Amino acid sequence: MARRPVLRRVKLAAVGIAALGIATLGIASGASGKSLIDSHEFSGSVTVENRWFPKTPAIPEQKDFGVNLIAAPELYLESADGTSLTLEGFYRYDSSDSVRSHADLRKAYLLFVGQIEDQEWELRLGVDRVFWGVAESRHLVDIVNQTDLVENPSEEVKLGQPMAHLTLSGEWGAAELFALPYHRLRTFPGRHGRLRSAFVVDNDRAMYESGAEERHFDVAARYSHSVGLFDIGLSVFDGTSREPNLQPAFPLCALDPGACVLVPLYEQIRQYGLDAQMTYEAWLLKLEAIRRMGARNALGEEEDYTAFVAGGEYTFYAVFDTDIDLGLLAEWNRDSRQMRATNIFQNDMFAAVRLAFNDFASTDLLVGILEDVDTRSRSFNAQFNRRLNDSLTLNVEATFFHNIAADDAAYSTRRDNFVSIGLTYSF
Amino acid sequence: MEKVITQKHRGRRSLTLLTLFAACMSCLAAGPPAVAQDAGPEARGLEIALEARKRGEGFGNLVSQLTMVLRTAKGQESTRQMRLKTFEVANAGDKTLFVFDKPRDVSGTAFLIHSHRDKPDDLWIFLPALNRVKRISSSNQSGSFMGSEFAYEDITTQEIEKFTHKYLRDEPCGDLTCTVTERTPRGEDSGYSRQLVWHDKKEYRAWRVEYYDRRNELLKTLTVADYELHLDRYWYAGKQTMVNHLTGKSTVLKASDVQLQADLNERDFTRTGLRRAR
Repeated sequence: MARRPVLRRVKLAAVGIAALGIATLGIASGASGKSLIDSHEFSGSVTVENRWFPKTPAIPEQKDFGVNLIAAPELYLESADGTSLTLEGFYRYDSSDSVRSHADLRKAYLLFVGQIEDQEWELRLGVDRVFWGVAESRHLVDIVNQTDLVENPSEEVKLGQPMAHLTLSGEWGAAELFALPYHRLRTFPGRHGRLRSAFVVDNDRAMYESGAEERHFDVAARYSHSVGLFDIGLSVFDGTSREPNLQPAFPLCALDPGACVLVPLYEQIRQYGLDAQMTYEAWLLKLEAIRRMGARNALGEEEDYTAFVAGGEYTFYAVFDTDIDLGLLAEWNRDSRQMRATNIFQNDMFAAVRLAFNDFASTDLLVGILEDVDTRSRSFNAQFNRRLNDSLTLNVEATFFHNIAADDAAYSTRRDNFVSIGLTYSF
Repeated sequence: MEKVITQKHRGRRSLTLLTLFAACMSCLAAGPPAVAQDAGPEARGLEIALEARKRGEGFGNLVSQLTMVLRTAKGQESTRQMRLKTFEVANAGDKTLFVFDKPRDVSGTAFLIHSHRDKPDDLWIFLPALNRVKRISSSNQSGSFMGSEFAYEDITTQEIEKFTHKYLRDEPCGDLTCTVTERTPRGEDSGYSRQLVWHDKKEYRAWRVEYYDRRNELLKTLTVADYELHLDRYWYAGKQTMVNHLTGKSTVLKASDVQLQADLNERDFTRTGLRRAR
């Protein structure tokens, strides 16, 4: 069981960071003769969520219904000199999939801030989550954190990543350097879970191209700036890929196809990224592009490739004489590997309508469609959020797959339409 | 959640939300200037607006707690809480940071506004769930601020240059005497055809504003109360009530823990600073 020790190590590291953090805050504030911690805040949320798959599964052992319980507590401590410690945990229980039931340490970092002449610097030490990018249908350039895929097939939820993160900024923009000493495995649904590949992914068999395995020292850098209408970011990552290449276990799959599992292989890659947005009146025009070297394609062969997502968003304010804002979104995803791409975004159009009601309850609705231009496979997604009172919110999400082609990367999920209803209590 | 603040397209002075409270902050305790009584109503109206603005200048940095109570016509209530930080930049637009505390589901969401005098403001939102900083459009002037009866153009600076002004009359307002000035938006972005503003003649504080919609019907009335003097120079309003006459809805906006010339650092008003805003 390689998974558990990994988790335990991350937890141990977190406890270490927390202890170190509190000690550091103590020294910092002790030197100034003030109390240990100047301010603290405990907050977070608890969610009850039901996820229902109306269609019978493609694989008989998959379940139709899951009751979920999610807790996400956060503790923030700040010393008198402004140094702070942030701790954020996450736990999900899923009655239908024991592998989807999982814990994560999303944040456990010390934050230091200072100034050198006109430049400001910021240092974050510990586990953190970092977001890069501008697009909505896919987060292409965003590579620092591993995807917590069991959370949502949208790949939007990320696992905490141990790092040292230094930011320098001034009138010229912001430069960020990342030292990433530890690799996290992508999460995948278990045998009874839906929204998975035909064969389950066995993280206990995970393999690395590098002999250093998960301890390979990865590095990343990013420069970003905001000039007039434009916000741009240039990034580079060198190290262990966050996206594994999935291969049938050998010789298991040849000997006993019924017990076949997929083995994730994490290659050493280099990725250059660009993200840009132009904000003009009610228009947002967006571009993300990457060039990735060292990864294998869907055929298992190494192939350097380029991918981009380009599009935009336009908002009509106060439509139909109401307070409602209506946003229209369109994005095009392209991957130079075409059908050899390792994901579903080789040539896909995304279109969506967003309604913001601007009412007491902050009601909003997003309805989108992602269509594969080559295979005509489609998926529809709707998200609805509404506040019920000062601490309770209702979140509904529905996804429907339509006409998924047998050669589409999402074929195994063709019967996995789902509706998820969640109630979140925030404190 | 994304459309909380907006900007002024034109105009020289940019105080963003500060002017909401400091609609008239007095510079030094000198008496009111000799406003020419015999000038035309347009010249007199402009003079009053200029004097009111002058008394709000040089405010330094500002920290404040804001509480907004939204009420429906049936009396249902909903509360918003946020912290406001403003950094004054000499000879340029100010920088403003809002951090939301309540409702709890948007706790930690923050807005950064870089105001500009000669072009639309820059606006970024920080979404804590994804750790994402997102640049968003600032072009929606007449939309509702956080579901309240305040429109963005109500909470951002009413730039003098964006209106034509006309003095109408003097009339009593409480124990004071007020001037009543009409201001008419020059641009097409505004949701209003005109506004009437009541300034007291002593300190040039705004006490009442009437907003007329594009059909020239009375849409909303703002009443201002609980002015407090800060640093012996600046009048800062503690309470503002906006009533919508068409819908019967109202919003009360209260400021507390107001600190002017606060110990703020400009580095907290950058995109990097926005990520750590609390």
